[in-house]
Amino acid sequence: MKQIIDFIVIEKQSFQRAALLRLHCDEPLPEIRGGQFVNVRVDGCDKAYLRRPISIHDVDYQNNTIDLLIQEKHEGTKKLCALPVGEKVSIVLPLGNGFTMPEKDDNVLLIGGGIGIAPLYYFAKTIGKDVRSCVSTFLLGGRTQNDLMLLERFRSVGDVFITTNDGSLGEKGFVTDHSLWNTMKINKIYACGPMPMMKAVAKVARDKGIWCEVSLENQMACGIGACLCCVENTKEGNLCVCKEGPVFNIERLLW
Amino acid sequence: MVKTEIKLKGMTLKNPVMTASGTFGYGEEYADFVDLSELGGIIVKGTTLHHREGNPYPRMAETPMGMLNCVGLQNKGVDYFIETIYPRIRHFETNVLVNVSGSNIDDYVTAAAKINALDDIPAIELNVSCPNVKQGGMAFGVTCSGIEQVVKAVREVYHKHLMVKLSPNVTNIAEIALAAEAAGADSVSLINTLLGMAIDAETRKPVLSMVTGGLSGACVKPVALRMVWQVAKAVKIPVIGLGGISSATDAIEFLLAGASAIQIGTANFIDPAISAKVAKGIVEYCERQGVKDVNELVGGLII
Repeated sequence: MKQIIDFIVIEKQSFQRAALLRLHCDEPLPEIRGGQFVNVRVDGCDKAYLRRPISIHDVDYQNNTIDLLIQEKHEGTKKLCALPVGEKVSIVLPLGNGFTMPEKDDNVLLIGGGIGIAPLYYFAKTIGKDVRSCVSTFLLGGRTQNDLMLLERFRSVGDVFITTNDGSLGEKGFVTDHSLWNTMKINKIYACGPMPMMKAVAKVARDKGIWCEVSLENQMACGIGACLCCVENTKEGNLCVCKEGPVFNIERLLW
Repeated sequence: MVKTEIKLKGMTLKNPVMTASGTFGYGEEYADFVDLSELGGIIVKGTTLHHREGNPYPRMAETPMGMLNCVGLQNKGVDYFIETIYPRIRHFETNVLVNVSGSNIDDYVTAAAKINALDDIPAIELNVSCPNVKQGGMAFGVTCSGIEQVVKAVREVYHKHLMVKLSPNVTNIAEIALAAEAAGADSVSLINTLLGMAIDAETRKPVLSMVTGGLSGACVKPVALRMVWQVAKAVKIPVIGLGGISSATDAIEFLLAGASAIQIGTANFIDPAISAKVAKGIVEYCERQGVKDVNELVGGLII
């Protein structure tokens, strides 16, 4: 069931143009799947009238917290990244459908670009819990090493391979250029990142015949399938990314 | 105990709060957040005779205290509504109204006639004011002769409460409202969105796929309030006020300006539970002000 819950910022870690917020609430958290998102109210910002959809980076049911990894893009996300510890935040959650769980013995490649790495951490944790025999590998890409945060977290749940456009960390180039494509056996790909990256990943997946899901971030207003603003034109017509997605199998998409 | 019931022709609202078409889906989307039985009514997504894919993405641009949209009446058509959606929502414990749109008079008439046959839909809201479709839509709502034609034609086949949703994109909205009344409307609702535009200065391109779109949200409230006041003075039929209502106080202002009931639109996106909160807040205002019946507030503006 979807809920509107007031959270309090209890911990915060700042990065260059991004922040990791740990948010606590008193009421029990609803069940959250990897790849689902929240819609966050930005208080006191007249340029952010609507809520901001943010993917869920981590969930801790014991301590009743969620982690959000937020990139500063415009006024609204800047304001969220500047939230101090102790501040109250209204959040609607959980929204959308998560990634499809892999099966036993699948070799899973989780591809993140820039802030798109955020939902992959929690998803990999849920895979580790539910499908123990499944091996998760991350392929994370950024323009420079500063785009890639919290790598130690990712390394705690799977092997991590990296590309940067400037070569400052990992292999130089895009995620689709990485040498692991020539050596690794992959059954399932999950990707989240900028549209050109996801389209490139989808093309590689198609060429190699690998099952692939991508998480879209079309601009949203309501986040619950009412306004029909965030549609993606699919083989089934215009579908709301917030309600029918944000995760789509590439076979449903026109790209 | 404050009396909150609003009687409209052929339909009683348990309180003056309805939800605006296009902002509340089919009600189901909000059932986790709002007890629908606490609302006077819900107006479901704009429905046309035939399936419509709507306009291409991007369909939305955020603006200071508001948003522009150019969704373009995406819906699966009236038959799909009747077969698939109506059975799921007909027993909601509130009035379920259908917003009906069309690209020509025959389409409006055929869709309205089909909905007339549905026992649990007490009213339609005739959408002659959608700014985001190339044909029909707003074209009918911006001239007196256009609105007369479509309302008259629908009136012949639609025998329950006929609400007509007016466009603010006109020179004199009171004249348009009078034309709707003369053609047989049982009430008018206003305002639909204001035609607007957004440009990305960096790319020098429009933000919306259709270049222009409809502006809604808190920023339009003063315009909406003024138009409701002008129309309420001009017509004898009830006026349903909407446009930027985000709190019980906003709702009260519309009632004072002459609205018999109100609709909450874009505010549903920001607080999905706002509609029930407004209904409760209206009662609290009445208790505080010693008002025994919400109807006493209607047109109660002191000048």
